[in-house]
Amino acid sequence: MIPVQPEVGVAFWMLAFVIIMSGAMVVSLRNIFHCALCLIICLSAVAGIFILLEAEFLAAAQVLIYVGAVSILIIFAVMLTSNLAVQKIVQTNENALVAFVICLVFMGGTCALVDATHVWRYTAEALPANNTLEIGRQLMTDYMLPFEVVSILLIAALIGAIMLAREEKT
Amino acid sequence: MTTAAPIIDLNLMIPEIFLFLWACLVFTYDLVTKRKSGNAVAWLALAGPVLTGILTVVMFSAGFYGYGKAAGAMFEVDPMAVFFKIIFLGAAFFAIGSSFGLLKNRIVNHRGEFFGLILLSTVGMLFLAASREMISLYVGLELTTIPLFVLAAFFKDDRLSVEAGIKYLIIGALSSALLLYGMSFLYGLGGTTDIWQWKLEVARIAGKGEGVGVILTLSVITILAGLGFKLALPPFHQWAPDVYQGAPTPVAAFLSVGSKAAGLVAFAKLMIGGMVAFWDPVMIPNDWGILTAILAASAMIVGNVVAVRQSNIKRMMAYSSIAQAGYIMVGMVALNDFCLSSVAFYMFAYMFANMGAFAVIALIEDATGSCEISTYAGLSRTSPALAVTMTVFLLSLTGIPPLAGFMAKYYVFAAAIQSAGASPTFGFLYWLVGVGLVTSVVALYYYANIIKQMYFHDRPSTSPITFDAPMVMVLAVALCGVVVFGLFPEPVLQFARQIPPPYELFQH
Repeated sequence: MIPVQPEVGVAFWMLAFVIIMSGAMVVSLRNIFHCALCLIICLSAVAGIFILLEAEFLAAAQVLIYVGAVSILIIFAVMLTSNLAVQKIVQTNENALVAFVICLVFMGGTCALVDATHVWRYTAEALPANNTLEIGRQLMTDYMLPFEVVSILLIAALIGAIMLAREEKT
Repeated sequence: MTTAAPIIDLNLMIPEIFLFLWACLVFTYDLVTKRKSGNAVAWLALAGPVLTGILTVVMFSAGFYGYGKAAGAMFEVDPMAVFFKIIFLGAAFFAIGSSFGLLKNRIVNHRGEFFGLILLSTVGMLFLAASREMISLYVGLELTTIPLFVLAAFFKDDRLSVEAGIKYLIIGALSSALLLYGMSFLYGLGGTTDIWQWKLEVARIAGKGEGVGVILTLSVITILAGLGFKLALPPFHQWAPDVYQGAPTPVAAFLSVGSKAAGLVAFAKLMIGGMVAFWDPVMIPNDWGILTAILAASAMIVGNVVAVRQSNIKRMMAYSSIAQAGYIMVGMVALNDFCLSSVAFYMFAYMFANMGAFAVIALIEDATGSCEISTYAGLSRTSPALAVTMTVFLLSLTGIPPLAGFMAKYYVFAAAIQSAGASPTFGFLYWLVGVGLVTSVVALYYYANIIKQMYFHDRPSTSPITFDAPMVMVLAVALCGVVVFGLFPEPVLQFARQIPPPYELFQH
C-alpha cells in the first residue's frame, strides 16, 4: 500500500461522501431540474477525485465536458421542454428495492475484492510531471489507431444524432 | 522528449479504410442527389461490403495484404480476424440487401444515413476483429454499437422503434460501462493494455505467488456481464426481444448476426486470448469457464423455452438468437484446439440461415405489414418458393442435416465433448452438451410451428408476395450458403482451423 497523506485521505472521504449523496439525489429527487443540479455537483466532485490522483488533465476534461457541456445541455433540455421543470416525477418503480439490494451487494463485493488485492501496479511515483503532455504524446504515437477510430465514431454519432433530432417535412 | 511515431502499416487496414470511404460516398451521394436517389443509394451501399470483400481477396492473392501487425502491434490481421471480417461483411451485405422493401414508404428522407450507418457499424466490427489491445477493442466495439442505436430507432414516428432505440442505448451504455470497469481492473493488474503483454505480466506476478485470483474474479464477472449484455445471454437478455421487435427488420437481423459476432470476437480476445493462461489449477479461483457455461446453459434453456410462447415472429427470432448464442458459447468454453474454429464456423453457418430467415420476415412484413406468426398461414399456397426457402433456413437454424446449421452444431458439440473427455476439469461440458441437445428438441418445436403454419393451414392469408431483384439475390445467396456449406463444409472448416488454439492466440 502506498502511504497516503492524512489530508489527502480526509479530502477523499469528503469528496466520496459528496459524490454518493449527490448521486443518490440524482436518481431519487422528484423535480428533474434539481436532479440536473445534483448531477453537476456529483460530476464536479469526481473531478476533485481526479485532482487527488494527480490526473489534472482528466479533472479539467471532466469539468469542461461533463460539467460544462453535458450538464448544461441537460438543463437546457429541461428548461426548453414545457412544464418539465415544475412537474413532480417519480423515479422509482416496484423494482427499486431489489435494484437497491443488488447495487449494495455489487458495491460491497467490489470493495471487498479490491481491498483484498495487493498486487496493483502502482505507478504513482513514475507519473510524468506534465501528464497533459504525456497524454497528448501517447495519443499521437502509441494510441494513434484508436484515436483515429474515435473520429469515425464521432462522425457516426453526429450523423445519427442530427438524423434523429431533425424535424421531418412531410 | 522523443516523439517517434509508430510505423502504421496502412496496407493491412485497406479493407477498413475502403469501407469507411465508401460509407462517406453513400452519405454524399444521397446529399448531392437532393435525397431523391431512390434505390440507387441502396445499390451503392450494397456494393460497399461486396467490393471490400473482393478487394481484400484480390490484394491477398496479389501479396499486397496478408497476415501481420500494424500500428505498433495494436492492429493485427490473423486468421481469426479475416474469418470474422468475412462474417461481418456478409451480415452487412444481407442487411442492406433486405432493406430495399423499406425504401418504398418507410424510409424516405434518410436513405443515405440508414445505409451509411450500417456501413460505419461494419467498419467498427472490422477494426474490432483486428484489435489486439484493450483500448482499440473497446473503441471498435463502440463504433459497432453507436450506429446501431440510431438504426434501431430509425422509424422516428413509430413508438416501438423509438422504444427499441432508447432501450438499446441505455443497455448499450450500461454494458460498455461494465466492460470498461472490468478492463480497468485488468489494466491496474498488468499495467498494459496490450492483451498479450498483459497476459505475460500477470502470469509473472502470479508466478511470484501473489494472489491475482481475487481481482481477476471481479474483472471476469464485470466483463462477462458487459459482454453478456452485448451477446444477450440470460440474465442479461431482457432488452433483445423488445429491440428486435421495434427495430426495422434488416436492422434486427444485423443486430442478431453482426453485433453478436462482434461480441463474440471481443469475448474471444479478452477471455480466451487474455484470461486463458489462468485456466490453471494453480491460479484458481478463476473459473470463468464454469460461469460462462452457466450463462450458456441459461441462454439455451430460456431462449428456447420462451421462444415457444411467442406470437410475433421477430420476438421469436430474438429468443431463438439468444438460444443460438448459448450454443456458440458451448464451443467457446471448450477451450481446446477446436474451440475457436468451431465457434467461427457456427457463426458463419448461423449468418446465412439467420439473415436468410430475417430477409423472408422483412419481405412478408413489407407485403402484409405484419410480423405475427399467423400471417404465415397458407404461405406455401400463395408463394411456394418462398415457403420452401424459409423452411430451409428454419431447419438449418434447428440443426437438421444436411444443412449448414447441423454441421455447425456438430462441431461445437464435438469440440466440447472432446474437451470433456480429455480432462476431468471440463467434466461440466457433458452437462452443457446434454442441455444443448435437449433444448434443440424444444427449438425444433417452435421452428416447425412456422413450417406447419406455412404448409398445413388452409387459409391463404396473402396475395402472392412480389420479389425485388436484391431480395432474390439475398435469398439465393443465403440459400446457397446454407445448403452448400452443409454438404461441403471442408473448405471453410480448413480456413477456420487456421485460427490458433487458445493458448497461442496473439502469440507471435
